[in-house]
Amino acid sequence: MSDAPHILTLKIDDQDVSAVEGQTILAVARENGIAVPTLCFLKGLSPVGACRLCLVEIKGVPKLLPACVTRAAEGMEVTTDSPRLREYRRTILELLFAERNHVCSICVSNNNCELQSLARAQGLTHVRVPYRHPRLGVDATHSRFSADHNRCILCARCVRVCDEIEGAHTWDIMGRGIDCRVITDMNQPWGQSDTCTSCGKCVHVCPTGTLTEKGVAAAEMKKRQQFLPYLTAMREERE
Amino acid sequence: MTPEELRELAARRREELQEFKYRLNVCLAAGCQSCHGDSVYKALKAEVESRKLEGVQVRGVGCLSLCAEGPLVQVEPDNLLYQRVRAEDAPELIESMYGKPLKRLACPTDAPFFAAQKQIVLENSGRIDPESLEDYLAADGYEGLMRALTEMTPAEVIAEMTTSGLRGRGGGGFPTGLKWSTVAKSKGAKKFVICNGDEGDPGAFMDRSVLESDPHRVIEGMIIAGYAVGASHGYAYIRAEYPLAVKRIQNAIKQATKVGLLGEGICGTGFGFTIEVRLGAGAFVCGEETALIASIEGKRGQPRPRPPFPAESGLWGYPTLINNVETFANVPPILRNGGAWFAGMGTEKSKGTKVFALAGRVKNTGLIEVPMGITLRKIIFDIGGGIPDGKKFKAVQTGGPSGGCIPEEHLDMPVDYDSLAKVGSIMGSGGMIVMDETSCMVDVAKYFMEFCKSESCGKCVPCRAGTDQMHGLLSKICAGEATMDDLALLEHLCEVVKNTSLCGLGQTAPNPVLSTLRYFRHEYLAHIQEKRCPAGVCKIKAAAEVHA
Ligand SMILES: Cc1cc2nc3c(=O)[nH]c(=O)nc-3n(C[C@H](O)[C@H](O)[C@H](O)COP(=O)(O)O)c2cc1C
Ligand code: SF4
Ligand code: FES
Repeated sequence: MSDAPHILTLKIDDQDVSAVEGQTILAVARENGIAVPTLCFLKGLSPVGACRLCLVEIKGVPKLLPACVTRAAEGMEVTTDSPRLREYRRTILELLFAERNHVCSICVSNNNCELQSLARAQGLTHVRVPYRHPRLGVDATHSRFSADHNRCILCARCVRVCDEIEGAHTWDIMGRGIDCRVITDMNQPWGQSDTCTSCGKCVHVCPTGTLTEKGVAAAEMKKRQQFLPYLTAMREERE
Repeated sequence: MTPEELRELAARRREELQEFKYRLNVCLAAGCQSCHGDSVYKALKAEVESRKLEGVQVRGVGCLSLCAEGPLVQVEPDNLLYQRVRAEDAPELIESMYGKPLKRLACPTDAPFFAAQKQIVLENSGRIDPESLEDYLAADGYEGLMRALTEMTPAEVIAEMTTSGLRGRGGGGFPTGLKWSTVAKSKGAKKFVICNGDEGDPGAFMDRSVLESDPHRVIEGMIIAGYAVGASHGYAYIRAEYPLAVKRIQNAIKQATKVGLLGEGICGTGFGFTIEVRLGAGAFVCGEETALIASIEGKRGQPRPRPPFPAESGLWGYPTLINNVETFANVPPILRNGGAWFAGMGTEKSKGTKVFALAGRVKNTGLIEVPMGITLRKIIFDIGGGIPDGKKFKAVQTGGPSGGCIPEEHLDMPVDYDSLAKVGSIMGSGGMIVMDETSCMVDVAKYFMEFCKSESCGKCVPCRAGTDQMHGLLSKICAGEATMDDLALLEHLCEVVKNTSLCGLGQTAPNPVLSTLRYFRHEYLAHIQEKRCPAGVCKIKAAAEVHA
């Protein structure tokens, strides 16, 4: 066999597409202008398949599979949009909105929030499951940033960017199930973290108003994630 | 040691065992230990010593099956079983060996509880000293391994496993031969074998009992697997809450290493294999294979999406074979007696036997091993002796938090993977809880949902937030505060969580709700529409009290 990349052909939403062996369904879909909702996925970070919004149907496979981690295969027939998928995605978003306290109107990330824009895109108008209204704190001990756990969706992007890109591994997840929380170091206040380099990468990859810069008013926090594709490209070049 | 030397060792032990005219086997497995089996053991030993009796051996053994009537003592050569033995009974028991059986403590071994069982996995359980390699060898131990290593190629071993029709006993029922051949075919600089001894289902103790009663059997199964798939290192992952199982497996590894059954050049062949023990910290989700692998790697015990399956990319990215304790325990007899022998037992698609931890509202609770295809009725009413206190049977729960509740109408169904799935439950790892009319099925569903909610790892949204919401709705129904809209929402969440969760925990968490809704919907409706708990379990405030 030669070293040339192996080219596959498959169908996504009845469209004939081609892929390089090893590419995920999500990457192929996006290359071809097919929109698949994602939340935990962020290009440049290792995919974890946790939010389940990118689930797609694959002909002949009984289970739904996450597009962000599932590799394209020869002859695959993928459906990214169906009434059932739309219903499941809406329900997952509802579960997220009800899990913590997402009050958009007073949030610094209002109109710059991935959760909010996904909800809009999926036509979510009301939440059927009861709101849990947990009382969660805000960690404002860091000099430049703050963490509002009321808005965290546990996508673990901060954990991954801090570990995989910055190499600090300040962030981690504590607890189980509904009691999970992101923590800094061994659950010390962020401001007292020994490992945090104050690089701010976590703030900019956070999809909601959880990790933000201090001193911004409602709807003012804009996240800049351009550094990620740039860093990834640099690293790939070096390899 | 060479096979010849090992066989000599076995022959010598058989002779030694024959030197004793009488033998008292005292159960020292977890169940009997917890009701002072060890004090019975000590008392019997002291009695034999003080009387200076010749030809009498007192031996600590593994589980003797009828845990409910422990501590149990078995007397050879007459194979009499005594139940609820206390230390004070020692003198009388010893005297009875030379005279008449001790009626007062006799346990009828011709009762269906024993007669309807078929023991393969537990064949040595209660019959050998779990801390003695020689005892295991004397019971044909490591014969399967010797046969595999000296007479068969790895491919032939896999073919034998495929012929046997053995399916994974960890819950999923995946064909073992197929799994082995996938790992054998996967390319990797290294390969690993993992034994899953995390056993987290509430009330389950099958794997624990095998590890405690016959640890060498599991080790033998792992070595054979290593040879078949081309792995040279194995991990035995056992939950830390099982200290005796951990101790026994560690002891067995040491013994096996000493005689060259582990290490380089096993039995004088070119094959080498080592086993390390890893302790689980008691999270249910760490029994899920990808979470277990993460845990061995020293990471947070969270599942990851599959594919890739561990067979392709497992521990540290290498091809990894992961099987359950009971699965491995079936391997030595299959290699010893042949796959066709094993395939001769059970049903068309479910071969061999299954070990169940029979619990709940039955007269005889304990650890049982039955042929696949036996009916649920036989298990509950013959082996289990039926429902105590003249109560009526209501349902039997199999598969723990991932399984379902099966009603009376399906009791004549054969116990096999496919039939259980058809009625909305699963074989699971072997938990079996019998419920009578005093159980409220909504309350049962709530109990299992609470378990899943608190054991969810929290990684994926549907399981983390969905189990919490479903638990909330079930609590509302139990409290008599729910509406029909709540019930509709519950059913919707069941569907979403089942189909969208990342791992088996979330995907099966709705099963207890779905199966109780299927067979006992009227109980849900009674709580919602009549504000009444038919079984009288749930505390529902009367309407008057609410308004007062
Ligand atoms: C939440 C969860 C818990 C599990 N717990 C166990 C366990 O305690 N023991 C076990 O052997 N398998 C358990 N499994 C199944 C394993 O993932 C895996 O399928 C099994 O160990 C494979 O072995 P087998 O093919 O021999 O059954 C669990 C699966 C899930 C989803
Ligand atoms: S289904 Fe539950 S246990 Fe499994 S990964 Fe998701 S949150 Fe964790
Ligand atoms: S984007 Fe694929 S699971 Fe979250």
